[in-house]
Amino acid sequence: MYVALLLLLVAIGSVLFHLWSPWWWTPIATNWRYIDDTINITFWITGFVFVAVIAFMAYCVFRFHHKEGRRAAYNPENKRLEWWLSVGTGIGVAAMLAPGLVVWHQFVTVPPDATEVEVMGQQWQWSFRLPGKDGRLGTTDVRNISSDNPMGLNRDDPHGQDDVVIDNGDLHLQVGKPVKVLLRSVDVLHDFYVPEFRAKMDMVPGMVTYFWIKPIRTGTFDVLCAELCGAAHFQMRARVIVDEESEYHAWLEQQKTFAELSGRSAVTRATYKSGGE
Amino acid sequence: MVDIPYDAIAGVPPAEVPDVELYHPRSWWTRYVFSQDAKVIAVQYALTASAIGLVALVLSWMMRLQLGFPGTFSFIDPNQYLQFITMHGMIMVIYLLTALFLGGFGNYLIPLMVGARDMVFPYVNMLSYWVYLLAVLVLASTFFVPGGPTGAGWTLYPPQAILSGTPGQDWGIILMMASLILFIIGFTMGGLNYVVTTLQARARGMTLMRLPLTVWGIFTATVMALLAFPALFVASVMMLFDRALGTSFFMPSLVEMGTLSKYGGGSPLLFQHLFWFFGHPEVYIVALPAFGIVSDLISTHARKNIFGYRMMVWAIVAIGALSFVVWAHHMYVSGMYPYFGFFFATTTLIIAIPTAIKVYNWVLTLWRGDIHLTVPMLFALAFIITFVNGGLTGLFLGNVVVDVPLSDTMFVVAHFHMVMGVAPILVVLGAIYHWYPKVTGRMLNDPLGKFHFWVTFLGAYMIFFPMHYLGLLGVPRRYYELGEAAFIPPSAHSLNAFISVVALTVGFAQMVFLFNLAWSLFKGKLAGGNPWRATTLEWQTPETPPGHGNWGKDLPVVYRWAYDYSVPGAKEDFIPQNQPPATPSARGALP
Repeated sequence: MYVALLLLLVAIGSVLFHLWSPWWWTPIATNWRYIDDTINITFWITGFVFVAVIAFMAYCVFRFHHKEGRRAAYNPENKRLEWWLSVGTGIGVAAMLAPGLVVWHQFVTVPPDATEVEVMGQQWQWSFRLPGKDGRLGTTDVRNISSDNPMGLNRDDPHGQDDVVIDNGDLHLQVGKPVKVLLRSVDVLHDFYVPEFRAKMDMVPGMVTYFWIKPIRTGTFDVLCAELCGAAHFQMRARVIVDEESEYHAWLEQQKTFAELSGRSAVTRATYKSGGE
Repeated sequence: MVDIPYDAIAGVPPAEVPDVELYHPRSWWTRYVFSQDAKVIAVQYALTASAIGLVALVLSWMMRLQLGFPGTFSFIDPNQYLQFITMHGMIMVIYLLTALFLGGFGNYLIPLMVGARDMVFPYVNMLSYWVYLLAVLVLASTFFVPGGPTGAGWTLYPPQAILSGTPGQDWGIILMMASLILFIIGFTMGGLNYVVTTLQARARGMTLMRLPLTVWGIFTATVMALLAFPALFVASVMMLFDRALGTSFFMPSLVEMGTLSKYGGGSPLLFQHLFWFFGHPEVYIVALPAFGIVSDLISTHARKNIFGYRMMVWAIVAIGALSFVVWAHHMYVSGMYPYFGFFFATTTLIIAIPTAIKVYNWVLTLWRGDIHLTVPMLFALAFIITFVNGGLTGLFLGNVVVDVPLSDTMFVVAHFHMVMGVAPILVVLGAIYHWYPKVTGRMLNDPLGKFHFWVTFLGAYMIFFPMHYLGLLGVPRRYYELGEAAFIPPSAHSLNAFISVVALTVGFAQMVFLFNLAWSLFKGKLAGGNPWRATTLEWQTPETPPGHGNWGKDLPVVYRWAYDYSVPGAKEDFIPQNQPPATPSARGALP
């Protein structure tokens, strides 16, 4: 008897824990509310199945546990019941998969008006790069990496000269503007992870990966590394600050371009200014 | 194939392979150490796997001490933490669970359950164990080499697995891959045995559709392992070359600690594809034997035939086949071509259907049964709960877009521990309580068993159920300490401490079990041949424990499926598979 009760308590306790526990996802800061919605649909469907199966099991234990003289029924199979259960399961699965795939389609389709931002990971720090006034990021290669060129930009690429390079600083984004986050690593796997953004993607040396987001609220968010990258994995931190438009531009003005950092400041600074004004 | 005269046993076709003369051990050494008897090899496998499994258990205590009480234990540094998680994962998945289910239960149960005298290639079977032991010793040796064991995570992803920012880059990673290569060689020798024995050495009348589901589960898992392990084998060899010979299979141009490395042109994602082409079937290599065993436990202890046997068999086969086309669901955020997500999410969620059928059929077997709440039955019930829980959270992680926020968080850790850690281990424990009387001739102590069960089940559930919510919150996995992060409230640290305390408690409860195993060996109640009144052949041996050759002079003949429990009109509530029908047909000339 107590066995049936304990089994039932496990199911009930799980549901109560789900409803009352203080641990839940962080308030969202991007357009990916759809992901949260899909998780909620999944919670409802799976929660129902979980409770139903365990309650049925607990009932069986309660009702059919061994007593003197009890004898089990003999029913090898029931084709109708088995098919109905399969079809029902199929419907439940489809109800989770369909919205999931729709949202995934949105996730992999970058809107045309998204601006590019590059995040580069290395053991164990983050660097960021924004396209300059020309709106294009210059090319890079790990072989170019040196102390005055930490992100390995190609010195001969004109598109790279005005790129804003943020080595070991915070990244700022503008609220309401979609961004395509290009991800790159120069050593091992990393993963640009901001829990409030919901989106994340591994950074793989030798490749450029991406995701896109549209920040929907201002704030300061922690950046963590979500793919094991060696001894100091847990200390690989940075911050992303989502700003209103005016603050964002004020911040951008203070940042240095690649040309400035690599010592050709005078000439390019002038071009950069004139291009903008 | 040799012709065997049809000797007029009613309705039972002749055996396809004649009974052959067994090899015979001539000394203590060949009987108990270099033994070719599958039952001895099974015990050797089980003891070795359990011994290295205890190491993994201790490693998990270290991890939980660090996670629950960061900064308290000065003897755990970030490098060691990564080494602990890596070795814990690798040992549990491969050296414990795979070896125990296939090498341990497979060796013991396949010949007995199909009515064979032994495995068909006994010498290769013996070699299989000794190569496995060597693999375990090589793995254990990494704790003592300079630099210690690898800390690359059990997935061993390059480039970091072989670069200097990762602990164990010296010898740890080289020996790790050497050990995996050895394990796969040893497994292949055993695996061929399990497959060929199941197909070729079944007793007369033991058709495939009369096999107990335990054999179906182990058989299918072995076929899968023979197809999946080669992917890990080549990945290990290639990475060993990258590390030791300077090739670049998995290594693009990269910077190692500030200087440009000699590597160039390789693909880290290639390793991930190879690893998970093995790694996902591996989940089912562990799960399918558990599915099979738990079906037999439920049926025996509920005194009722397993519900929907044919559907159960097809579900096992379907899961086995489908599991080869879902691997990239481990790679949704790996940076692979994003449109693969549509395909792999669909295949992954389809697998839920045959899996759900199995769950329904287990609980429907209980319906109108005569449920004996023995210790094996309790473990089987607990398996259903934890497996349903872990299976359902798999629907979150398999659904590509839902996986994006949850991947690499504690949600994943909670999910896979529930579904392929806790659930299969509950089956292992239940199976030990169930078959220990056959192996030793004595019953395990019942009150100790019940105590062990409740602490283990409720404890494990309390560890891993709340852990999902840490992941939902966003707590990443493989973190030495969480440090300062605005989204992690102080209560999350309290939860971590709680989980650690429960984990230590559950760990120590296993000592009660070990004590029970040792104590009952000498003082346990005598079991007799068939203490659970079960139908399958292993309970019908002339001797308990079964002697060399299992069956005395004559091999058993099988007349019925494995689940004739509570047949209407029968005197007993079970009819063994080798019991002839009450009214033999006209040609029946039964001894």
